[in-house]
Amino acid sequence: MEKKATRESYGEALVMLAEKRPDLIVLDADLAAATKTGIYKKACPDRFFDCGIAEADMMGVAAGIATTGKLVFASSFAMFAAGRAFEIVRNSICYPHLNVKIGATHAGISVGEDGASHQCNEDITLMRVLPGMTVINPADDVEAKAAVLAMADFEGPTYMRFGRLAVPVFNDPATYKFELGNGIELRSGTDITVIATGLMVAEAVEAGKILAEQGINARVINIHTIKPIDRDIIIRAAKETGKIVTVEEHSVIGGLGSAVSEVVAETVPVPVIRIGVQDCFGHSGPAAALLKEFGLSADNIVKVVKDTLGK
Amino acid sequence: MDKELKKQLEITATKVRMGIIEGVYNAKCGHPGGSLSVCDTLTYLYFNRMNVDPKNPTMSDRDRLVLSKGHTAPALYSVLAHRGFFPVEDLKTLRHIDSYLQGHPVIGKVPGVDMSTGSLGQGISAACGMALSGKLDNETYKVYAILGDGEIEEGQVWEAAMFAAHYQLDNLVAVIDNNGLQIDGKISEVMSPYPIDEKFKAFGWHVIVIDGHDFDAIDKAFNEAETVANQPVAIIQKSVKGKGVSYMENQVSWHGAAPNEEQYNIAMSELQAKLDELTK
Repeated sequence: MEKKATRESYGEALVMLAEKRPDLIVLDADLAAATKTGIYKKACPDRFFDCGIAEADMMGVAAGIATTGKLVFASSFAMFAAGRAFEIVRNSICYPHLNVKIGATHAGISVGEDGASHQCNEDITLMRVLPGMTVINPADDVEAKAAVLAMADFEGPTYMRFGRLAVPVFNDPATYKFELGNGIELRSGTDITVIATGLMVAEAVEAGKILAEQGINARVINIHTIKPIDRDIIIRAAKETGKIVTVEEHSVIGGLGSAVSEVVAETVPVPVIRIGVQDCFGHSGPAAALLKEFGLSADNIVKVVKDTLGK
Repeated sequence: MDKELKKQLEITATKVRMGIIEGVYNAKCGHPGGSLSVCDTLTYLYFNRMNVDPKNPTMSDRDRLVLSKGHTAPALYSVLAHRGFFPVEDLKTLRHIDSYLQGHPVIGKVPGVDMSTGSLGQGISAACGMALSGKLDNETYKVYAILGDGEIEEGQVWEAAMFAAHYQLDNLVAVIDNNGLQIDGKISEVMSPYPIDEKFKAFGWHVIVIDGHDFDAIDKAFNEAETVANQPVAIIQKSVKGKGVSYMENQVSWHGAAPNEEQYNIAMSELQAKLDELTK
């Protein structure tokens, strides 16, 4: 299967968007080569502005541009976009509910060798808590591009999370349709449900196949929109399968696992087992090895599902 | 500046000051000191400089003003009310639970407010974004950012200062209200931002230093700002915190405190006397 990093998809989608939206402005904070907004910069040099290593100012500039009615994307690593600039995102973007799209790349521990200082496992939590913020975490190239194009037509602050690591392109571009707030059932099943987001969706699909070979029918759901979350698909899964395992390349505190738990706790209380980064920092190493170490793999999903089912 | 015009601005500024006191007194809290120090410049901008229409507060080619020192909302609200954006009577509802006049400026809730502010250091970045967008569209509108002298201790201000100079935002004017006081004391003692003029010059700005309570000087400064090309302009105005109310002048304790009834009466009678003197 072809592999591609969703940050590449982000950069390419911005170029696709430029044809439709002459009002598009893209900002970056000295990371265009890494976030891949450099692809857009090359195509539309007059509509790209580097803010230098100044993420706080970049978010404020984006807010100011948005007040004039233009479509603006502000890009950096997740650590700095959601972390360093958090309060500016809150007060200058979300509080006035301005139409700023934040394209945050290098999310999660799959950043790899750069180590814990750059491995942001907290961004979903930080962005999800902000009133009026939409949070998108696409799973592959096809979904990432479709999400960028769709969110350009959506009015309101939006946080979009992209990865550094090349991951399998499993969606079919001919049939895939991005629907904001709608989870996607990728595999049917009634024994248990695995709900995954972002780069972990491909691992969850793989786990579903392995489990099926062992006689366990796991439902697999892709949640690309963390907020507003698809309550219906989660409630249905809780009712019909009775147990849920969540998988995210993010802290288990405040991320997808928390969001799913919030829904089921108030509706159909069932066990929710959260696979993710367990309240600790990452460290340097190759992305694949780190993902394995932190249990973010199809094999570990299989193990956790079987443990949960007592098999 | 024309003498009659100057007198009219002084009259209006005095009424705006009365609105500030009215608001803060009725709120039983708020920030009168910095509101009174920036009052003359805000009055000048909205009554004599800016292209704004109170009946169409969001018209696309309007001049924009970002009150980066958002805690001085009582001054901005009073100016906007006297300019006709909303009823002056409403100033008495400042900070009340059912009022649209929030403690700090908010887009969409308060007519005439161009950017939500309150957390210091952020407004100037938004002003940069507005100015950049205007230049891209070949718009002729100006963007004014009003900052406190304590506010420029925030690092984001200098990120924005670099941005504005780098992108040659000559449609941006920042006013630094240099009243010399911040919550914990004198700015020179808490965390000195001096020399403010040299700092902005070093960041690539055209710098003008004026007396922030002299309408001739204010007028001259903004006229000079119009002539500057390829550079943002910083007007550093020396001002008096609490200006116009005797017991508040240069008193740090009036940064964020409301007058009681007796103090309110003294403030209003002082301002009324000033108004009588100007209109006799």
